[in-house]
Amino acid sequence: MLRTAKEATASKSVDVALEAIGAERLLAMYRIMVLSRALDERMWIVQRQGKVPFVITAQGQEAAQVGAAMALRPGHDVVLPYYRDMTLMLALGMTPRELMLNVFSRAEDPNSGGRQMPAHFSLPRLRVLTGSSPVGTQIPHAAGAALASRLRGEDSVTFCSFGEGATSTGDFHEGVNFAAVLQLPVIFFCQNNRYAISVPQRRQMAVESVAARAAAYGIEGVSVDGQDPVAVYQVVSQAVERARAGAGPTLIEAVTYRYVPHTSDDDDRVYRSRDEVDQSRRRDPIPLLRDRLVEAGLWDDAREQALREEVARIVDDATAYAEQAPPPDPATVARHLFAEPAAES
Amino acid sequence: MAVKRMIEAIREALDEEMARDPRVIVLGEDVGVKGGVFVATRGLIEKYGPDRVIDTPLSESGIVGVAIGAAMNGLRPVAEIQFADFIHPAMDQIINEAARIRYRSNGAWGCPVVVRAPYGAGIRGGLYHSQSVESFFAHVPGLKVVIPSTPADAKGLLKSAIRDEDPVIFLEPKRGYRAIQGEVPDGDWVVPIGPARIAREGDRLTAVAYGMMLHLALQAAEQVAGEGIEVEVIDLRTLAPLDRSTILASVRKTGRLLVVHEDNRTLGMGAEVAALVAEEALYDLDAPVRRVTMPDLPATPFAAVLEDAVLPDTQRIAQAMRDLARE
Repeated sequence: MLRTAKEATASKSVDVALEAIGAERLLAMYRIMVLSRALDERMWIVQRQGKVPFVITAQGQEAAQVGAAMALRPGHDVVLPYYRDMTLMLALGMTPRELMLNVFSRAEDPNSGGRQMPAHFSLPRLRVLTGSSPVGTQIPHAAGAALASRLRGEDSVTFCSFGEGATSTGDFHEGVNFAAVLQLPVIFFCQNNRYAISVPQRRQMAVESVAARAAAYGIEGVSVDGQDPVAVYQVVSQAVERARAGAGPTLIEAVTYRYVPHTSDDDDRVYRSRDEVDQSRRRDPIPLLRDRLVEAGLWDDAREQALREEVARIVDDATAYAEQAPPPDPATVARHLFAEPAAES
Repeated sequence: MAVKRMIEAIREALDEEMARDPRVIVLGEDVGVKGGVFVATRGLIEKYGPDRVIDTPLSESGIVGVAIGAAMNGLRPVAEIQFADFIHPAMDQIINEAARIRYRSNGAWGCPVVVRAPYGAGIRGGLYHSQSVESFFAHVPGLKVVIPSTPADAKGLLKSAIRDEDPVIFLEPKRGYRAIQGEVPDGDWVVPIGPARIAREGDRLTAVAYGMMLHLALQAAEQVAGEGIEVEVIDLRTLAPLDRSTILASVRKTGRLLVVHEDNRTLGMGAEVAALVAEEALYDLDAPVRRVTMPDLPATPFAAVLEDAVLPDTQRIAQAMRDLARE
């Protein structure tokens, strides 16, 4: 049941990548990754400036997330992200302004109106279900959402994202097992960034690969290079096809690395060496993809410069917009405990 | 109007709601082919098929978690937890997820799930088939907690719970599944969540109870009525949100309050009802508030003499009524 990225895909060469997804999509992936990184860096700056209390971001994991998002149909497929999925959200269609409104906990924040910490995503127009902080709880929700879609005869799939730490929870087991037994159209997408806060993978599980766990549930398991968005796109696309064909869930492991501390409250120097982080940056997915685009003749310095300028404008606009946006009204703090009469909502 | 057992009323409610609304599904351990260990779901799989009546793996957190995901994606799931004693693995899903989904999404998402569970003692079920868990849930904003004590309420309240836009914990007094019979109105009988019911009128003291204890309180009230003590018995029916006005109106009339439950004493519903009356109606009281409850023990032990030693019974409740009336 377990396959590796090399067997599942063969996207090492630019030609194959281009053939697989086309130049337009490849360029779109790159744009989103660059935009996500710039937004992400700005989030840390506004946190360090004391403008917001807390951030939790995605640096290093952009390729895994954009590759997965592009294999989905935004607004059609159901998505249950986790707190590190800002690139996924951006790729699905959450706007930079919405992401910054979230960071600034503004009334207009579509995720929770400032009620939740940043990066607890929720967006009905994209069928992104609301999530919580306890790790792995969304995994049974994904099985339930897929059950509902199938009962209605929709061809949508449910995409559920989490880190490798989540695979140690009971809810991972219960949710994946349920989806496997009922052959539900779910994609379980694990971003293995090697650390659950400070605990390394070897203290999290006794197997080498998260994907190996799929065999225990009788489902397909695939491990893929999470720094290669094309490879991820192909693996997720195959899982989507399998789900739509009624062949059940797939467990995908995207092997990746996070460049930043777990959150703005974390100091990752305590648990991992600078050497290790520096080494991992050699496979930063953004320059990796840029090199491939250049090699394919799709990219050059002028385009890069134009993109950087565009991205800077977007990030400035999103930050300024969110910063001046009004905070939530304390008079609303008791609302939405229960459904309100239609006239009021 | 026909006389029915409580378990039949529950089955009817499920059947009628499944017939009425294709979004309603039932899921849990043994709910399908077997029809549930108490046969609350018997016959449903034959009628509605295995896609809507789902025998799940043995996984309480998973059952509730799957129900939550299905609810967010448009279904009306009714999850059965085989015994309330087994609900604890699902506490995180109920408290951190179901109860907070509407609030945390600022109203964007709802979670219309019903979690049904047989609860309570008196069936020689020992530590793990006897627990009363209502106070855990009544403490959590965002949950509605319902406990019927008659077949008519069981049917009408369950139908309301299934139609509710928010999560409802529906606890069924299993000792009464077959023991309690009563008339159930024909047709689409619906009882609103929220209002308590005056089960017996009286003027000497107010007894607040729910579930199986309601019936013991009514029996005790009949006993002391022969001694000239007329007890007003309130059936709470909904523990959260609590019907404060019905409790306060009764206590203002009688001046005396007794609360009866088979849940533990400390921080049980009795504590909340007593605090409510202390805050709002202290000067209407003619005597201190009394409680008849389980002592603070893990649950009723299995051996009959041990269970009988701790579970409130009619005699103890009647004695508390006499004592309170004399004060």
